[in-house]
Amino acid sequence: MANYSTNEFKGGLKVMLDGDPCNILENEFVKPGKGQAFNRVKLRNLITGRVWERTFKSGESLEGADVMDLDMEYVYTDGDMWHFMKTDGSFEQYAVDKKAIGDVEKWLKEQAVYTVTLWNDNAIAVSPPNFLELEVVETDPGLKGDTAQGGSKPATLSSGAVVRVPLFINQGEVLKVDTRSGEYVSRA
Amino acid sequence: MSIDWQPTASLDTLRERARLLTAIRHFFSERGVLEVETPILGHGGSTDPHLDSLSLTATTPAGREHLWLQTSPEFHMKRLLAAGSGPIFQLARSFRDGEVGRRHNLEFTMLEWYRPDLSLTALIDECEALIRAVLPTDPGPLRQHGYRELFRETLDVDPFTASLADLRRLAGQVGGLAMNDADRDGCLDLLMSFVIEPQLGRGGIDAVVDYPASQAALARKRLDPEDGVEVAARFEIYLQGLELANGYDELTDAAEQGERFADDNRQREALGKPSVAPDQRLIAALESGMPAGSGVALGVDRLIQLALNRESIAEVMAFPTPRC
Repeated sequence: MANYSTNEFKGGLKVMLDGDPCNILENEFVKPGKGQAFNRVKLRNLITGRVWERTFKSGESLEGADVMDLDMEYVYTDGDMWHFMKTDGSFEQYAVDKKAIGDVEKWLKEQAVYTVTLWNDNAIAVSPPNFLELEVVETDPGLKGDTAQGGSKPATLSSGAVVRVPLFINQGEVLKVDTRSGEYVSRA
Repeated sequence: MSIDWQPTASLDTLRERARLLTAIRHFFSERGVLEVETPILGHGGSTDPHLDSLSLTATTPAGREHLWLQTSPEFHMKRLLAAGSGPIFQLARSFRDGEVGRRHNLEFTMLEWYRPDLSLTALIDECEALIRAVLPTDPGPLRQHGYRELFRETLDVDPFTASLADLRRLAGQVGGLAMNDADRDGCLDLLMSFVIEPQLGRGGIDAVVDYPASQAALARKRLDPEDGVEVAARFEIYLQGLELANGYDELTDAAEQGERFADDNRQREALGKPSVAPDQRLIAALESGMPAGSGVALGVDRLIQLALNRESIAEVMAFPTPRC
């Protein structure tokens, strides 16, 4: 990979830092009028998801990271690994381990399309679509006619996620949920 | 994808900008300071080790010549002083390679003025008066701090006597980077811009004086009254955490000026930067005699940004570098 100098750092550039691939979020140029220049850089470590703030002397450089975001369909899990398939017609599959799946495990639905982040062709992170339609597999019985605002109850969805839903929702219904906030949006 | 051809400053902002530029010109005309215009290009460039000059090749009667774009109008204006101009000011476009960000633009407007008749303290007062003439609201009182005192109070370290090892450790901690190969000024610059500068100019105009002698640039050196350490007779003005202006008790000694140019180029070489042709005409002007006095450069885009209460200088410029 190419090396990138601080003056090429910009939001979205993927670089290697301390052995991990990182995504540059912000780069601020700091310089006294008559003095040495520095760059204050915010980066997201793509392995841990943590945001790092680092300072570089202007002109220093970092190695680029071979990182790609690809759309992939979730296929199945064998218990150890989760398998995704490219949507480009190649049927090429990638196995994702527990660490890379992380919290997304509770948002997995077969045939839904996820963004899989590859580093050197290995999956390091998965992000779900913003909205998913999932079936309620367990919740207290619905209260007839109670469509007013107010009460809510927990409901377990087919993917394993638990979300707060209105009282009138019944087991077996399909709901639209926002995976970013983990909130109920509507009946599907 | 649509092409970002439109200005980043609104037309209302540009009208405000024009009004403030008029106010600046009015301020100096009332005080009998002459507005001048000098070339952006020069046969000599800024040798400052931490400024990167842009340059170009032009066809002139002398043939194909390598010319430097100014990083400030200082050299040409000093030649006018040596020619007997008296007090002068200029609103000059200046260029610094690589400097683009929220507070920087590759080309920017520098207000520079020289007062053969004023002391450094009197020039600080004039800076304050100018800032008050441009800002719509009272920025608070003018406060003066010694560079040394600021480091002692804020960081509990004496910037003049601390060991290089201590400064490297402190700067490394503050910046979160390895500073083992940094020199004293590199460490002090980091501490100044990361810790001290953001706190300056809050609730008042802060003037910092008596910089380390190694940061004298084109200022005279003098002895610190406390223990005879040599300091640079320089000041900087800060407002809202922004470095606004940089003033000198101007060096008038031609021989010392020549040595500083040579020192700068040695430092540039050590930093792996190209050397810059020193301005021989400036040296000649100093030899013929430049009156003693003070001069200051002020970042106009930053002052306008503060006057109009904006977050970045791009918001007060028609087309910042990314859109030029």
